[in-house]
Amino acid sequence: MGTTIAQIQTIPLQYYILFCSALFSIGVIGVLAKRNALVIFMSVELMLNSANLLLTAFSAYRNDPAGQIFVFFIMVVAAAEVAIGLALLVVVYRSTKTIDINALNRLKW
Amino acid sequence: MYAIITISIVAIIVLFFGAIEKKAPLLPVVYVGLSLAFILNLVGWNQSVHYYNEMYIADNFSIAFNGVLIFTTLLVFIFAPVYYKPVKRPLEDIYALILFALVGSLIMTAFGNLLMLFVGIETLSLSLYILAGSKKFDPNSNEAAMKYFLTGSFASGFLLFGIALLYGASGSMNLEAIKQYVILNQAHMPGMLTIGLLLVAIGMTFKIGAAPFHFWAPDVYEGSPTLITTFMATVGKVAAIAAFFRLMSSSFAEVESIWKLTLTIFAVATILIGNLSAFYQDNVKRMFAYSGIAHAGYMLIAVIALKQQAAGVLLLYSMSYTIATITAFAVLILVREETGTFSIKAFNGLAKHNPREAFAMTIAMLSLAGIPPLVGFAAKYNLFVSAIGQGNLPLVIVAIIGSMISVYFYIRPVIAMYAKLPSGTAAIDSSSNYKKQITLAAVLMILLGLIPGVFVNLI
Repeated sequence: MGTTIAQIQTIPLQYYILFCSALFSIGVIGVLAKRNALVIFMSVELMLNSANLLLTAFSAYRNDPAGQIFVFFIMVVAAAEVAIGLALLVVVYRSTKTIDINALNRLKW
Repeated sequence: MYAIITISIVAIIVLFFGAIEKKAPLLPVVYVGLSLAFILNLVGWNQSVHYYNEMYIADNFSIAFNGVLIFTTLLVFIFAPVYYKPVKRPLEDIYALILFALVGSLIMTAFGNLLMLFVGIETLSLSLYILAGSKKFDPNSNEAAMKYFLTGSFASGFLLFGIALLYGASGSMNLEAIKQYVILNQAHMPGMLTIGLLLVAIGMTFKIGAAPFHFWAPDVYEGSPTLITTFMATVGKVAAIAAFFRLMSSSFAEVESIWKLTLTIFAVATILIGNLSAFYQDNVKRMFAYSGIAHAGYMLIAVIALKQQAAGVLLLYSMSYTIATITAFAVLILVREETGTFSIKAFNGLAKHNPREAFAMTIAMLSLAGIPPLVGFAAKYNLFVSAIGQGNLPLVIVAIIGSMISVYFYIRPVIAMYAKLPSGTAAIDSSSNYKKQITLAAVLMILLGLIPGVFVNLI
């Protein structure tokens, strides 16, 4: 554990923050720009995992385990979220025969 | 804490009864469990107990809001047997999911650590995603669930990244520790904390359904089964706003300058967009969705003008909003069952055959619009007075203008009920199944209007 933290700390913290922000932005752009529901799920996962990485980096730099515990919770929630999302996708696919979210246009004003 | 444990156990018992195909004991178990949870929740009033290293804080704020949430869920469950009458299967999954969502909302009002905020929000949201799609063969319900899921998980991403940045800046996820850090670094806030707070605020605004992140709400509210919409519009919204209030008041009250302007813009936009969009709706269910957005804007005023007094005002406001919304949705369910449509025309001539339901709907609408002597007026009055006391006069002027606009669309169903003739043959059966429940909700609303001061000074 000690050596791992030392290895993590060889890279400056700013790099982690920049990298995670970039990952997060890619996720946000993916959600906004893509119309395929599966790609949107993947982009959301990217957003969650960038937060995971950032929490781990902070936690290693501060020698505080709270951030790493949080990561476990996020992983569990992300897994549950994907399970629900895929189930909903199957149901939607049955009625519309496509996973393009532009097909979701019954409700509008 | 005991309330959460009780409700979780009740939910598991409900699932068990469903698994062994017993339909009869389901609802009695839920009623008894929720009543028990309501009483257990009140234990510890005025004591401010901390559980699990300040993960869960049972102070007066959380006890009062949890009482409102549990009571609201009980009211929603009272409508369940008539709403789900045509369904033959035991429905244990829906009841259990509503209970699990309630557990999430109870955690949200009482969190003492950002970890619990996240867990509570996700417990609530994940249950609501499924509930929104619980009419499996209705394409509208499917679409509502899918839209809710996509926007909701997107918002969770923002919330999480914001929490990660807050943790990185302050070194802790405990609200008290963050407060200490904020006070120490008041002079020059690190950019990481400001950005983190902004991202968390965006995530919470999504969950509340306030502008500019409100666009999911009308579609989701319209497509979901109406009973679930009722639950979402009341418990989901009140829990989210209480969580937001708790976060702001316990950690960031000292640094108003970095978030006050942003939230003021959000609140103004929410009030205007909510009220103006509701103006054009012919679909009453969708109109209630926009009305819910507008009320989220009013409740945001309480967050902006936060001092300890504002908590009581927020409590009164959420009670008045909750009870009026439940009454209105109950009448809407009844009308929809008889006429098959959510259009405003379906209300034509309701007063002739169902004077009691029409009266309940009328006072619900007037209370939401804020007409004295109903509770909605007392709530708005207290809210505006406390906001002016904190020097937010321009914001209150916008809110009052919004309130005046809202009178028009709240009066429309009332006019349809009393002044217009029933359209066609679809006269609503006066021996409706909802009579008792609607009467109960209306009586509650009138009772609440008599004693608003009690709740303002409660916490």
